[in-house]
Amino acid sequence: MDITIDIRDKSFKKERGVVHVLDHVYFHIDDGEFITVIGPSGCGKSTLLKIVAGLDTDYDGSVYIGRQKVQKPSVEQGFVFQEHRLFPWLTVEENIAADLSLNNAEIRKKVDELIDIVRLGGFEKAYPKELSGGMSQRVAIARALLRKPSVLLLDEPFGALDAFTRSHLQEVLLQVWAETKTTMILVTHDLDESVYLGNRVAVMDTHPGRIRHLIPIDLPFPRRKTHPSFQKLRQKVLREFETISEPPTTL
Amino acid sequence: MPSDIRTSRQNVRNTSNHKKVKKILSGMIVPIIIAVIWQCIGTLELVTQIVLPTPWDIVLAAKNLLASGLLLTHLKVSFIRAAVGFIIGGGLGLFFGTLVGLSTRSEHLLDPSLQMIRTVPHLAVTPLFILWFGLGDTSKVLLIALGAFFPLYVNTFLGIRRVDAKLFDVARILEFSKWKRMKLLILPAALPNILLGVRLSLGAAWLSLVVAELMGSTEGVGYMIMDARQFSNTDIVFVGIIIFALVGKLTDSLVRLMEHHFLKWQDTYRGGA
Repeated sequence: MDITIDIRDKSFKKERGVVHVLDHVYFHIDDGEFITVIGPSGCGKSTLLKIVAGLDTDYDGSVYIGRQKVQKPSVEQGFVFQEHRLFPWLTVEENIAADLSLNNAEIRKKVDELIDIVRLGGFEKAYPKELSGGMSQRVAIARALLRKPSVLLLDEPFGALDAFTRSHLQEVLLQVWAETKTTMILVTHDLDESVYLGNRVAVMDTHPGRIRHLIPIDLPFPRRKTHPSFQKLRQKVLREFETISEPPTTL
Repeated sequence: MPSDIRTSRQNVRNTSNHKKVKKILSGMIVPIIIAVIWQCIGTLELVTQIVLPTPWDIVLAAKNLLASGLLLTHLKVSFIRAAVGFIIGGGLGLFFGTLVGLSTRSEHLLDPSLQMIRTVPHLAVTPLFILWFGLGDTSKVLLIALGAFFPLYVNTFLGIRRVDAKLFDVARILEFSKWKRMKLLILPAALPNILLGVRLSLGAAWLSLVVAELMGSTEGVGYMIMDARQFSNTDIVFVGIIIFALVGKLTDSLVRLMEHHFLKWQDTYRGGA
C-alpha cells in the first residue's frame, strides 16, 4: 500500500522549553517501495517510524496508508524493533502466532512457511533464551509478516548484530520483499545498508529533523556492494550525509 | 541440528537424575548430624526427658499417635483449616493484587488502606476475631485468610507493575484483545512474582494456623501440642512441631515444582557449585 506522510510538526515539551523533533516532513511512498531512512542519531528517524506505526499520535499533521488515516497501531503496520521484543515465555512458533491459534490449520501452515522463509527450521519449540540475536530478530520479522501487513516498518532492526549476521538478514529481508511486495520503511544508521536495500534513500537532517534529500537508488537486484556503480551511489549518499553532519551555518 | 539438541537434552536428563539424588542427600547432612548429637545428649542424660526428649522417644511417640489414629485426625482438621483459609485469603490477594496492579485508579483508592492493615501484626487482631466470630472454625479460617492475603496481594501487584513496557507496545501493534493481553503478556510476565507470593502465602497461612490453634481449640495439631504441654508430654510437643515443619516443607516443595514447570522459559542464574 502507498503511504503519504505529512508531518508539519512533532515536538516534545521539556523543562527547558519545546524541542522540535520533526519539522515539515513530507513525502509519498509508492506501493511496494523499499525506503531506507538514514540520519545522525537524534534526528527523529525513530520518531518518524513510530508516527507511521500509529504508536505516537501526538503530533501536528497526518499519515495515510492507502486511503486510511493512521490513528492507532494495527497489524496493517507491521513493526520490527531494534531489540527483538519476543515474549520470553513463548516458543518460537508461539511467538510468531502470538494471539492467533496454532491449532488453526491455516495459521499452522502459514507459520510453518514463515519459519522456512526465515530459515529457523528445527527451532520451532525453542524458547527465546536459546536463540542468538540474529535468530530472535528473524522470529520478530516472521511475527510481523504473519499478519500480512500492508507496510513493514523496521527500526534499526539489524543495528545490534554482527556484520555476518546482518548481511545474512539483509538477504532474508530482500527475499521476503521480493516475494510479498510489501512496502517497507527501514531506519538505519548504516550507510551501506541504506544503499544496499533501498529503492530510495531518505537522508534526514537534524534539529529539527526533516528530510534533506531523497536519493533514488536505481540499481537492479541482486546488488553487489563491491560494484563500481554501487560505490558511486554510496559516495553520493555519503556526501549528502556529510553536509548535514556538520553544524548548520545559519545559526 | 534438532537431533543434536534432542540428544543433548537426553544427556542432561540422565545426569540430572544423578544430580537430584546428590541434591537430596546433601540436604539431609545437617539434620542427621543434629539428630545424632541430640540423641547423644539424651542418652548421656545431660538434660532431662521433660526438657528435651531424645529423637528416638519422639519417633516412638509419633508411632503411638499414628497407631491410635489421633495424629491423622488432628492433621486432617489443621490441613482443612489451612487450605480453606489459604484459598480464601490467597484468592482475594490475587484478585486485589491484579485489580490494583492493572489500574492506577484502584491503586490510589485501595492500596493505602490495604498497606495500613498490612502493618498490623495479626496476633493483635486475634482477640478481636475471637470476640466477633467465637472460638470456632470461622475465626481460625479468617485469621489464616488474613495472613495469606498480603504476600499474594503485594507480589501480584509488584509482578504486574514489573511487566516490560516495551512488550505492551508489541501487544498494541499485534492488536491483542484485552483477554489475550492478560493471558499472553501480563500473567506470564507476573507469574514469577505470583508464584513467590503463593509460597509466602502458604507459609503465612501455616503460621496463622498455629497461632489460631494455640489460642484455643479442641482439635488440630496446635491443640495436640497445647494439650501435650499441659501434661508435660514434651515428646508429643516435638511430634507436633515436626509435623508442622514437614507439611510446611512439603507444600513449599510443591510450589517450587510448579515454578520449575511454569518458569522453564526463564534465563536466570541458577547458582554455582
